[in-house]
Amino acid sequence: MGVFITFRCLNFPDLTVDGSYPLGAAVLALLMYRGYGALAGIVAACLAGALAGLFTGVLHTFSRIPALLSGILTMICLYSINLRVMGRPNISLSENLGHRTVFVLLRDAFPRVPEVYLRFIFLFLLVVLVKVMVDLFLQTEVGLSIRATGDNETLVATQGIDPNCMKLIGISLSNALVALAGAMFAQYQGFVDINMGIGMVISGLASVIVGEVLLRGRTIFMATLQVVLGSVVYRLATAIALNWGYNIGFKPYDLKLFTGLLVIVILSFPILKEKLGRVK
Amino acid sequence: MLRLERVNKYFFRNSLDERWTIRNLTLQVQEGDFVTVVGSNGAGKTTLLNLISGAYFPDEGRIVIDELDVTELPTHRRALYLGRVFQNTSQGTAPSLTIEENLAIAYLKGKPKGIRMALNERMRAIFRDKLAEIGLGLEKRLKDRVGLLSGGQRQALALLMATLAKPKILLLDEHTANLDPKTAEIIMELTARLVGENHLTTLMVTHNLQDALSFGNRTLMMDEGEVVLDVAGEERKKMTIQELLERFTLLRHKKFAEDRVLLSSS
Repeated sequence: MGVFITFRCLNFPDLTVDGSYPLGAAVLALLMYRGYGALAGIVAACLAGALAGLFTGVLHTFSRIPALLSGILTMICLYSINLRVMGRPNISLSENLGHRTVFVLLRDAFPRVPEVYLRFIFLFLLVVLVKVMVDLFLQTEVGLSIRATGDNETLVATQGIDPNCMKLIGISLSNALVALAGAMFAQYQGFVDINMGIGMVISGLASVIVGEVLLRGRTIFMATLQVVLGSVVYRLATAIALNWGYNIGFKPYDLKLFTGLLVIVILSFPILKEKLGRVK
Repeated sequence: MLRLERVNKYFFRNSLDERWTIRNLTLQVQEGDFVTVVGSNGAGKTTLLNLISGAYFPDEGRIVIDELDVTELPTHRRALYLGRVFQNTSQGTAPSLTIEENLAIAYLKGKPKGIRMALNERMRAIFRDKLAEIGLGLEKRLKDRVGLLSGGQRQALALLMATLAKPKILLLDEHTANLDPKTAEIIMELTARLVGENHLTTLMVTHNLQDALSFGNRTLMMDEGEVVLDVAGEERKKMTIQELLERFTLLRHKKFAEDRVLLSSS
């Protein structure tokens, strides 16, 4: 979803994501180790993500550094920052060490519901909540201005909106969502690793694209639904590839190659079709 | 209403490619004036509009709108005083947003943006009325994306968006140049009507010399960054395209050469 906002709404390829995803996880881990609890950790993770996005945005709008480079710069800086926040390359959030993640909290709150269902229901509700919030936000005055900025920057300026300001808001917001995702995933798998963000942009992009292929429709409601569905399908596909792929010689370390190729194929497809179509 | 004082603009200043695009230009436009601007390619017409709108900043001189010095204001800070329609039909609208979303952007111009819903039924009703007045049937297509519209429809919408917030000055940059003659005519009529209804002070750059003389009340001819001819009133009313071209040759000792002008006036 975070990737969707920058990539599709702002037309801004934001590589900060690879850094802000583990940043969210790292900040969450830090707060949990300091004894602040999971919820405070999640809020702090979002804020940290927004700050990272803001940094990229300032690099781009104020220093006029190209979008891709701004993102890469922030990502590199964040690698060190994440290590500092975490203090070591990986941290366990295991319950045995006394860490009570949201999932542990939930299990204790509803002891009679099996944990698998509980996790599923909770994550499902969280996704729906985020989707609805993003839907609504994009239809507000600010949200509309952000979308218009990605569409036609010249127009936005002549209509009295500061395009740079809208970019800053959009990039911050998307990275806050990415950090939220990082924080949630860390709790889900029970540990934080410095390398968990590598390839996140491409995975996110793959999800966005897969969603667009699966579902048609141009309204905001449909667009965010595409993203959600795309993510689920993409994750299912990778899970299938990992679990059964060994039959055709697919190894876990091939996953990034597979994702990269998938995105390349889908992105090249319209051009290829056009080129082939012209040769009559 | 609009005043430019000894404005100079260079491109690639202090390099071998330096070009002096606007030369010591001083111009005063009165409230309610509809000024048409003609000139060959590279005369500085578009640069002039870009300076007024804030897309470029002058190297020297001052730009004053309604007694407010806007010389240093970036585009979005002076946008409230200005409306602008571009030559490129995809520049004046946001193609992947719907018609109503585009109009909402224009409607909210100058108002602080908040976390409120951008559109409501009251606004939609206003938009439907305004679109119905244009007479292109767009009032039934509020939820269509603008990218689906034809160039003429987009230009009509761009005009409406530029005038919706009642700017002090309307800047038209060859806004009919990319349209077929029939559509261009419709857009020009619409332009004249919107300018008249809203009493807008207007600056229109055009390649169509006939339009330059038949619309508005004053015509400027530019060449090499200067205004070389400024006609208004009776003199202008009687002027023909032929006379306009002759005056130019007399003044500049060269022919007013420009493919598009020659084609459109023949």
